[in-house]
Amino acid sequence: MTFELSEEHEAFRKVVRDFAEAEIAPQAARWDKEHHFPVDIVAKLGELGLFGLVVPVEYGGSDGDFTSLCVAIEELGRADQSIGITLEAAVGLGINPILTFGTEEQKQQWLPDLVAGRAVAGFGLTEPEAGSDAGATRTRAVLAAGEWVINGAKSFITNSGSSMTSLVTVTARTGPDEISAIIVPAGTPGFEVAPAYDKLGWHASDTHGLTFTDCRVPEANLLGTRGAGFKQFLAVLDDGRIAISALAVGLAQACLDHSLRYANERKTFGHPIGSRQAVAFALSDLAVAVEAARLLTYKAAWLKDAGRSAKQVKQAAAIAKLHSTEAAVTATRIATQVFGGNGFMEEFPVARFYRDAKILEIGEGTSEVQRLVIARGLGLPVV
Amino acid sequence: MNIVVLVKQVPDTEGDRKLDPSDRTIDRTSVDPVINYIDEFAIEEALRLKEEHGGDVTILTVGPEQATVSIRKALSMGADKAVHVCDEALHGACAIQTATVIAKALGTVEWDVAIAGSEATDSRMSVVPALVSEVLGAPQLSQARKVSVDGSTVTIERVTETGFDRVQAPTPVVISVVEKINEPRYPSFKGIMAAKNKPIEVLDTAALGLDAGTLGLVNASTAVVSFEVAPPRAAGQVVKDEGDGGVKIADYLASKKLV
Repeated sequence: MTFELSEEHEAFRKVVRDFAEAEIAPQAARWDKEHHFPVDIVAKLGELGLFGLVVPVEYGGSDGDFTSLCVAIEELGRADQSIGITLEAAVGLGINPILTFGTEEQKQQWLPDLVAGRAVAGFGLTEPEAGSDAGATRTRAVLAAGEWVINGAKSFITNSGSSMTSLVTVTARTGPDEISAIIVPAGTPGFEVAPAYDKLGWHASDTHGLTFTDCRVPEANLLGTRGAGFKQFLAVLDDGRIAISALAVGLAQACLDHSLRYANERKTFGHPIGSRQAVAFALSDLAVAVEAARLLTYKAAWLKDAGRSAKQVKQAAAIAKLHSTEAAVTATRIATQVFGGNGFMEEFPVARFYRDAKILEIGEGTSEVQRLVIARGLGLPVV
Repeated sequence: MNIVVLVKQVPDTEGDRKLDPSDRTIDRTSVDPVINYIDEFAIEEALRLKEEHGGDVTILTVGPEQATVSIRKALSMGADKAVHVCDEALHGACAIQTATVIAKALGTVEWDVAIAGSEATDSRMSVVPALVSEVLGAPQLSQARKVSVDGSTVTIERVTETGFDRVQAPTPVVISVVEKINEPRYPSFKGIMAAKNKPIEVLDTAALGLDAGTLGLVNASTAVVSFEVAPPRAAGQVVKDEGDGGVKIADYLASKKLV
C-alpha cells in the first residue's frame, strides 16, 4: 500500500506549480477585479500540454492518466480558481465528450486545436429550467433537409463565449423522450452568446448564457448516438466530480499556505498570532481539511485510473466531491477569520478565495445531489 | 551539431541558504536543490540550436547523488541524455578542480558546442566556463545574449557595459550565456514521462582517469576561512517632512557620501 504519487507526478506538480506561481498568481487579483478571461494564459496552458493530458497521442495529447489531470487542476486552482475551472471544463466538458463519443472525422476536425490550447469548447447542458434534472431539457433540435434546426436557451456555460471558443456541444430534445448531443460551431448564425455573467466568484472564467434561434448545423454534427445524449453526459459528469474535487483541494491548500504565512508574520501584543491557540488550532483544522480532501480526491482518481467498476468510481467521486468542496468552503471561512479585518479586504487573496469557494458546492452536481448519489450507492431507496 | 550543457544543481535562492559550519561548504540538505537559474537559459539555448541545426543535447552535471533530480528536469525539458559525475571525493572541490573534471567528462562525449550559464547562484564566482575552455584549449565565447551557428563557426553577441560585441570562434567552443538570451520552456507532461527512459551515465573520478587523492576540500585552491551570518537588516530611518524634507534627504545622502 502506498499513499504517494509517482515521481513523475510530483515532477509534473512542481512544473505546474512553478508556472502558476510565475504566470498566474501575480495577475490573479487583477483578472478577478476586471472580470478578465486571460486568453494568452489559457494558450500557455496548452503549450504546457495540460489540455491533452488524458488525450491519446494521435490527437496531440500525451496519453497520461486522470491523476495527472487532477494534479494540474489542483495546482492551477491553488493560484487561481478561475484558471483551474477553465482547464477542468475545457477537458472534462469540452474535449471529453468529443473524444469519447465523436466520430473519427469529428475528432480529427476539433481535437487538435482543443488539445493544443488554440481553442476551447463548452458543454451546453444546463438550462434556465433544467440542471441536474437534465431530463427536463427544453432545447429542441429538429432534423430538416439534412440539418439540425436548434431552438432554445442554455445557462451558465463555461468557456462558451471568448475569442477562443470553437464550439459548444449542446444537449437538445430530438424527439419524445429523446435527448441528443449536437456540436454547434462558434459563429453559427442563430447561435447567440449573452454578455458574461456577473458572478459572485470565478470572475476570470468565461461563463455565458446561450440562445439558439433557428440555428442550423449539418446532420453530421450529431455527437454520439441519437437519443443517448442523456446517458452520455451522465458519464461525463462522474469524471468532472473528481476534477472539481481536485480544484477544491487546491483552494483549501491555498487557504492553508496563506494563513500559515500570515500567522507567522502578523503580530498582536508583540507576538505572532500563530502563537495563540485560537489561531494555531484553526490552522490545525485547515491542515486536516486539506489532507482529508486530498486523500479522497486522489483515491477516486486512482480508482478511475486503475479501471475499477463504474459503480465504485461513481461512489468515490461523489464522496470526494461532497467532502472536498465543503472542506474548501470551510477552509476559506477559517482563512478569512485568521486574516481578521484584512481577510475582508480584496487586497488579500483570501477574500477572493472566499468568493470563489461557494460555487464548488454547486457546480457539477450540488452537495445535495452528491448525497443522493451516495445514498443510492448505499442501496437506500431514496428519491 | 552536438551540444553539451553544463548544468549545476544549487540550493534554491528562495530558501534560507546556509554554509555547513563543520567544513564551511554549502549546506545542500536544508534547502530544496534546483537547477542553477541561469543554466535553464543554457538548456533552452541548446534545445533551440538543436531544433534549428539537428544533433543531440547532452546534460553534464558534476554533483552529489541528489543532482539526479535536476538532471531529470533538464531531460524533461527536451535534452536527450546526460552524464553525471558523482563522487564523494569531489566534496568541497574548488572551481579549478570542477573545471578539470568537466573537461575530462567532456572527453567522454562527442560535442561541438558546450554551453553553460554565466554564473551559479551559490558560489557566484562566474569562472568555470572560462576555466573549462582554458583546460581544453578551446575558444571561449562568454556572456552571450545571442548565439548563431553557421557550419563550424559560432557567432555570439557578448554583453558589455555599453552594449555588445560580436565575437566569433570555430567549434569546438565553450559558450556562457546570460539570462537575456531567451525564455526557458517549462517541461511538458510528455517531456516528463519521456525523461524517465532517457539514459544518464554516472561516472566517478576514477572512470575519468583522475586521482581522487588530488581532489576535494583538502586539495582545493581556494578556502573559506571563516563566515558569519549576515546581521538582520536594521529598521529604516523615518524622516518627517516639516517643510524641510528636501534638505533632510540631501543631508542624509551627504552623510552616506552619495552626493
